[in-house]
Amino acid sequence: MSRRAAVLAIGLVLLALVPPVAAAIGQPFYVDVFRRVMIFAIAAISLDLILGYGGMVSFGHAAYLGIGAYAVGIPAFYGIHNGWLQWTIAIVVSAAVALLIGAVSLRTSGVYFIMITLAFAQMLYYLGNSVEEYGGDDGMRLAARSALGVVDLRNGTTFYYVVLALLVLSLAVGHRLINSRFGMVVRGVRSNEPRMRAIGFSTFRYKLVAFMVAGAMCGLAGALLVNHTEYVTPEFMHWTRSGDIMFMVILGGMGTLGGPVLGAVVLRLLEDLILPAWTQHWQAILGPFLVLIVLFAKRGLVGLLPERRDG
Amino acid sequence: MRTVTRIAFLLLAMLLAVTPAAAQEKVKIGFITTLSGPQGVIGEHMKNSVELALDHLGRKIGGLPVEVIYGDDQVKPDVGKQVADEMLKRHKVHFVSGVIWSNVMLAVAPTVTAAGTFMIGTNAGPHDLAGKLCHELFFTTSWQNDQTPEAMGKYMQDQGITDVYAMAPNYAAGKDMVSGFKRYFKGKIVDEVYTKLGQTDYQAEISQLRAKNPKAVFVFYPGGMGIQFLKQYAEAGLRGQIPLYSVYTVDEISLPAVKEAASGQFETRYWSPDLKNAANEKYVNDFKKKYGKMPVFYGAQSYDGMFLIDSAVKAVKGNLADQKGMIAAMRKADYPSTRGKYTYNINHFPIQNFYLLKAVAGPGGEPVMQIQKTVFENHKDSYSKECGMKW
Amino acid sequence: MLLVLEQALNGVQFGVTLFLMAAGLTLVFGIMNLVNLAHGALYMLGAYLAATFYQRTGSFFTALALALVVTLVIGILVELVALRTLYERDHLDQVLATFGLILFFNEMVAIVWGRAAIYAKLPAWLSGHIQVLPGIRYPLYRALVIVVGLLVAVLLWLLVNRTRLGMLIRAGASNRTMVSALGVNIRLLYTLVFGLGAALAGLAGLMAGPIYAVQIGMGEEILIQVFVVIVIGGIGSIKGALVGALVVGMVDTLGRAFLRPTLATVLSPSAADSAGPALASVLIYILMAAVLFFRPQGLFPAASR
Repeated sequence: MSRRAAVLAIGLVLLALVPPVAAAIGQPFYVDVFRRVMIFAIAAISLDLILGYGGMVSFGHAAYLGIGAYAVGIPAFYGIHNGWLQWTIAIVVSAAVALLIGAVSLRTSGVYFIMITLAFAQMLYYLGNSVEEYGGDDGMRLAARSALGVVDLRNGTTFYYVVLALLVLSLAVGHRLINSRFGMVVRGVRSNEPRMRAIGFSTFRYKLVAFMVAGAMCGLAGALLVNHTEYVTPEFMHWTRSGDIMFMVILGGMGTLGGPVLGAVVLRLLEDLILPAWTQHWQAILGPFLVLIVLFAKRGLVGLLPERRDG
Repeated sequence: MRTVTRIAFLLLAMLLAVTPAAAQEKVKIGFITTLSGPQGVIGEHMKNSVELALDHLGRKIGGLPVEVIYGDDQVKPDVGKQVADEMLKRHKVHFVSGVIWSNVMLAVAPTVTAAGTFMIGTNAGPHDLAGKLCHELFFTTSWQNDQTPEAMGKYMQDQGITDVYAMAPNYAAGKDMVSGFKRYFKGKIVDEVYTKLGQTDYQAEISQLRAKNPKAVFVFYPGGMGIQFLKQYAEAGLRGQIPLYSVYTVDEISLPAVKEAASGQFETRYWSPDLKNAANEKYVNDFKKKYGKMPVFYGAQSYDGMFLIDSAVKAVKGNLADQKGMIAAMRKADYPSTRGKYTYNINHFPIQNFYLLKAVAGPGGEPVMQIQKTVFENHKDSYSKECGMKW
Repeated sequence: MLLVLEQALNGVQFGVTLFLMAAGLTLVFGIMNLVNLAHGALYMLGAYLAATFYQRTGSFFTALALALVVTLVIGILVELVALRTLYERDHLDQVLATFGLILFFNEMVAIVWGRAAIYAKLPAWLSGHIQVLPGIRYPLYRALVIVVGLLVAVLLWLLVNRTRLGMLIRAGASNRTMVSALGVNIRLLYTLVFGLGAALAGLAGLMAGPIYAVQIGMGEEILIQVFVVIVIGGIGSIKGALVGALVVGMVDTLGRAFLRPTLATVLSPSAADSAGPALASVLIYILMAAVLFFRPQGLFPAASR
């Protein structure tokens, strides 16, 4: 086991210990905090699959967060609370939208790709704002959390462990994918696309599938986020959210699985809790922090760890 | 490895540093507003007004020491909800107050009341909370969103104005404002135009407007959108030609940025700095003295919020466990409100007067809002019928 | 018919406003291959500085000159301190670092000027109207914006195609190593180009001040539209920026003015009422997606990339 994997494992164990520790110190609030952190970690992992491993700089990833959220919110609005159904819709619709966006966007590259993914997210954002039935920009309240049979999400701790399990599952899926033949091709595309094409791979299709998988996974994160917040708004799709998720990946270290998780933990805690408690001008601290990370910690926080103990 | 451990410790230390010490017998109020980003200007007014209220109350609420914890919602419902959770579960507050935005309020209020804690809104008044989601632990010192455009509709109806051109941003609040307006305005509406949310340039819409040749224009453009619309309306030379009536578009925050482009502008509101009563005069004068600028209605409501809580805690003689007693006390609205005496409707929304305001040149030449006449006396919101609460 | 003409004029004017922003952005991208999200922050600074200097000095032209110079200096400082090292990095790093700069500048403006929007005055002698055609009165200031924008387009074209500096810029864009081998100080050249880009953003901002709200975040509102412009035009191409800006300005303006009435002739009025504004909001994004679908490099791909 590499050191990084060991650190990741320790981190996951620590996350598993959050509810009992929070209960012990009488601060159940931290269960909410870390549940939210883990949901964003899933979103960040999904972005990392295409960004870190596939070299596809999608600046509209928050769109799937919104799609996943509305996929739960809209059925709930009509009284359908079956979580299996809602979450399936979230994943399928996100994948379908990713397929459409990817089919157009992946024809471009570089800055064009960044901007066209941003444009699609903007379209969805404005769409959400103008759909009056579902609250428009006001958004709508989720009448009840998704019903998953015996698993009761209304219990904060149960919900916490569901999210943790899905985080582990996302990591496992990511790990399998990256090390599969498919993952090799996607990574190959990142380092040298013409060569991969020359060998005979249809790189477009591989990229498109990766794009879809990432969209679907982020859609699941959206479904979790709406259950956590019990509220859905188009604001989930705002471009600054896309920037936020992207920053988590870079901060933690892109092209690694543990990186996005670490990035989500650090950024969420800084943005939501620590900096605002210090000063209302916290963005003046966060901004330069971002610049410094990009300039001096190219491989993110994970990059500060030594590569491997054994070779 | 060591670096990561250090980072972990650092984060932990910072988390603990922001964890408050254990509480004893004091009133804890969590005040949620927007403090960062461009919209932080509203939050600043609200926070300053809360502090002024505490000054006036001798830093005591109902005779008990008080601690106010401010939270920044960043204009995001999910962040607002997290801040509320933090106040409920970590700080264990007795009251949550504030909240500017309807969407943040719809995420926050049910969370707070479900936890058995008071929610004292001091701005957003979405119709759900006035109607089917009303709750005995929810009170507001502001208004139901539709009341203000209703007042404008009533005024324009009474004046016999017709051929009105209505404009608003294309989002839920924009549509609500126009429908609230139409509830009382029965004259002819030439056209209803919805523009992009956050749009900066209105020249195209203004050309369309002029082509339709309306007799009056009704708009709802809050914040920066209002500033740009008013400037461009004046620039197009329409200011002297077609009278402009608006809601939530011109206030004491935007006036210094618009100045003469707003002169002659009509607004309706339940409050104005020139409203004559002792509480308001004290609030306005001391606010100007302490912060060097004019207060705005967001602040007046927040100031009122602290006095409402004070009246409740006083009535139960500091027994914060007696929620029934505090509900009964707050229903009386027995405190010196900056709007003067008002009563509560069945859904805990104020029944209050609405006035017609006009932007006129103030003493120093700077434009100020001035009350022209009373449009509504003791106006009730339109959703209280849907609220099943029994008193 | 007159209304269509008037709206077309509005479209040109909006397009020219976008061009002022797009020119600096695309110049910096074309030469240094830098995606600068903080371009909007410089636009905001231009507007704040012009408004403040105008209020302090009482002279419109002094304020313009001072605001331009200060924006230029700030731009150069930002280049020296933060952005210089980003030229060799990939676009992702540039997007993130300049996103960080946006947060920083917004907050700095909040600290210096406060969070409320500030007052930006339109000089009295610019607030009149001109008679363009019988039946069309057009605000003088907006006409001035059109003139300034077109003037900037011509000057930029002359600068890039007819001067020694322009020759170096073009050479530097296509072969950096060769130019520095010839003894040209490429770093200085880049700093100058970035300063020029910053000054253009500042110019756009100070022109916008009197008709838009001078407030925090004003840069981001327009920035995304500007990116649409340069992506449609072909990133790095000044000509593309001009064409893209005019196309976007026209499509957006005409969409806002006529989409709903047009839809109402085919759909039911209520359907048109809800679809019209929603569609008009995203029209430029649809346009961009369509352009990129057929021409993945934009309308005028810059030759060097």
